[in-house]
Amino acid sequence: MKRVRFSQQEIVFAVFALLFAVFSIFLPGFLSPDNMLTLLQNVAVLGILGLAMAIVVIGRGIDISLIAALAVPSGLVLQMVQNGHSLTAALAAAVLFTICFGLVNGWLIAYAEVPSLFATLATGIFVAGLGQAALFQLDVVQWSDGMAGFERLGQGTIFGVPTSIVMFAVACVVVALLLRQTRWGAYIYAIGDNPYAARVTGIPSRPIVVLQYVLASLIGCFAGLVMAASVNSMPTRIFNSTLIYDVILVVVLGGIGLSGGRGGVVNVVIGTLLIGTMLNGMTILDVPYAGQNLIKGVVLLAAVITDSFLNPRNEETAQQGDI
Amino acid sequence: MTTSKTTLKVALATLGLAAFAAPAPAQQGLDEPFQKPFREALAGKTVAYVPVAMNFDLTEGWWAGMKKELEPFGVKFEIRDPNWSTNAGAQAVTSLISEKPAVMIIHNPDVQTYAKLLQRAENEGIYVIQINMGSAYRSSAFVGANWIEIGEKNAEAVVKACEGKSNKIAIVQGALSAATSAYTLKGVENVLAKHPEVKVVSSQAADWDAAKAKAITQTVLKQNPDLCGIVGFWDGMDIGTAAAVKEAGLTGKVFLATSGGGERKGACELVKSGGFDLDLSYDVPTQAADLAAMIKWLLSSGVKAGSVKGAAYTTLIPITKDNADSQTACWNLADMKK
Repeated sequence: MKRVRFSQQEIVFAVFALLFAVFSIFLPGFLSPDNMLTLLQNVAVLGILGLAMAIVVIGRGIDISLIAALAVPSGLVLQMVQNGHSLTAALAAAVLFTICFGLVNGWLIAYAEVPSLFATLATGIFVAGLGQAALFQLDVVQWSDGMAGFERLGQGTIFGVPTSIVMFAVACVVVALLLRQTRWGAYIYAIGDNPYAARVTGIPSRPIVVLQYVLASLIGCFAGLVMAASVNSMPTRIFNSTLIYDVILVVVLGGIGLSGGRGGVVNVVIGTLLIGTMLNGMTILDVPYAGQNLIKGVVLLAAVITDSFLNPRNEETAQQGDI
Repeated sequence: MTTSKTTLKVALATLGLAAFAAPAPAQQGLDEPFQKPFREALAGKTVAYVPVAMNFDLTEGWWAGMKKELEPFGVKFEIRDPNWSTNAGAQAVTSLISEKPAVMIIHNPDVQTYAKLLQRAENEGIYVIQINMGSAYRSSAFVGANWIEIGEKNAEAVVKACEGKSNKIAIVQGALSAATSAYTLKGVENVLAKHPEVKVVSSQAADWDAAKAKAITQTVLKQNPDLCGIVGFWDGMDIGTAAAVKEAGLTGKVFLATSGGGERKGACELVKSGGFDLDLSYDVPTQAADLAAMIKWLLSSGVKAGSVKGAAYTTLIPITKDNADSQTACWNLADMKK
């Protein structure tokens, strides 16, 4: 008898479909188009961050500093405009800052060969501290008149679809094209699958690793701008939150293995949808906070346990470890 | 002689100089006997400040205000910034007890963590003044907002705005672990108990996070487009709630009441733009002045630490469209630091 095997991606998709069906049947108003859009809108920023993390994880790394890349450059834009600089100058400064940040991350990991977990942990704390100490007057950087018009990046609709969803979709398309259609994308997969083999075959692996972290930082900065536009301020204290775990969760839950070389944009979308459906359903049900954490934990455990039953650890994972 | 003096006095009074006329031999000054001990009691004393974190309007405002008021008297200041870590805060308080400052200004992260430590500090002879967020231990003085009152006033305003409408309201709480959030909720419940017709369709914690507040409010508004009011627990978070209301095109239809420290950009500007309908401000400059007054009084009185226990609850300033334009309703940090 042939054993049926499911990948983690399919399991998570099944859990998502099940939850979605249950909510649709039992929750009046859940399946309305309006609510569907709200559901997506609420996880759009998380999804964009998930894409950034996916690029790095596929290349067998991890970027813990992503939330700093989200909070600090976008906070810098708001702060500079508040201090009287033009929006263009502020945006240029933020993008430059972000690229430098990504280059430092990439250099530390590719050339100084510091493990990505530790390198990005340190740079993230450094940049968040730099923002708090030198760049921002207050933790919450408020919107000012000079930013007028820019809020359209995160508010309002384009052809009836909330802008932040459109931004997520645009980011998805760009990252998918990069990963699947370009040579750089192929190199990222090759490095993630087997870094030594990649180097032997002549792939410029160090510059590609640097590229991964620059891209991740830039996407993080983009997510920050969408978020700031969406709430009309930048709460830079978000660095202290648990958002980074949610981002890793979206990526891993979606089926992008931390051992690298596998997965893609579809996985991020599935992971994001599952988290979005859970959050939205529980908000409609008005589930108390403690209950929400409980349910989140149970669903995740269920997904992980099912996965380890259906896909027992093999020789490869035993050798590489799963982190 | 007497008559002539009276005439003189009358003459001076007519000139508006009555004050100078009182002591008969007007050539010599008179020593005010109490100012010197007061100055001596303050000079060189250390005030240690442990907020939950710096870099936000409340704690920066208190700090600037106290320094401005007391540094001219030779009071020295010390700050320990735990940056949102309760553990680091408890360690800071513990180490301060052995350093023996004259006064400690404590902003508690919760009701329990520092309580025992503060009692120990007062036993060691350090005056403890708690600001805005009290602990279970009542120290020499408390300065701060009455959170129950904030909850009640905001809920009353929302209930009133809902009269004749759907009577459906939502509550956006802060972090569940924070006592301020729990106290405010109690205030809201007090009012709702008197108004059974009002239905709470959602009461969720947004963790003081604007993005979470926005997400929750969006979902709630999609489910209940006829919502008539929202009670928010902090203006820094409710900027997200307001953004959700605006995006749903319901500004002016959904009454949003919140509270905060009254900093111009975070409060008045947002009331003016229509984001908030009511922002109850526990005016930070006034609180800073109250703190400074308490420090002056405690140091100059020389009472034993912990032997007196008083409080100065802050008078709230309701910021609405009517006063959001005025110079006095809000303050800004840059001016306070000057």
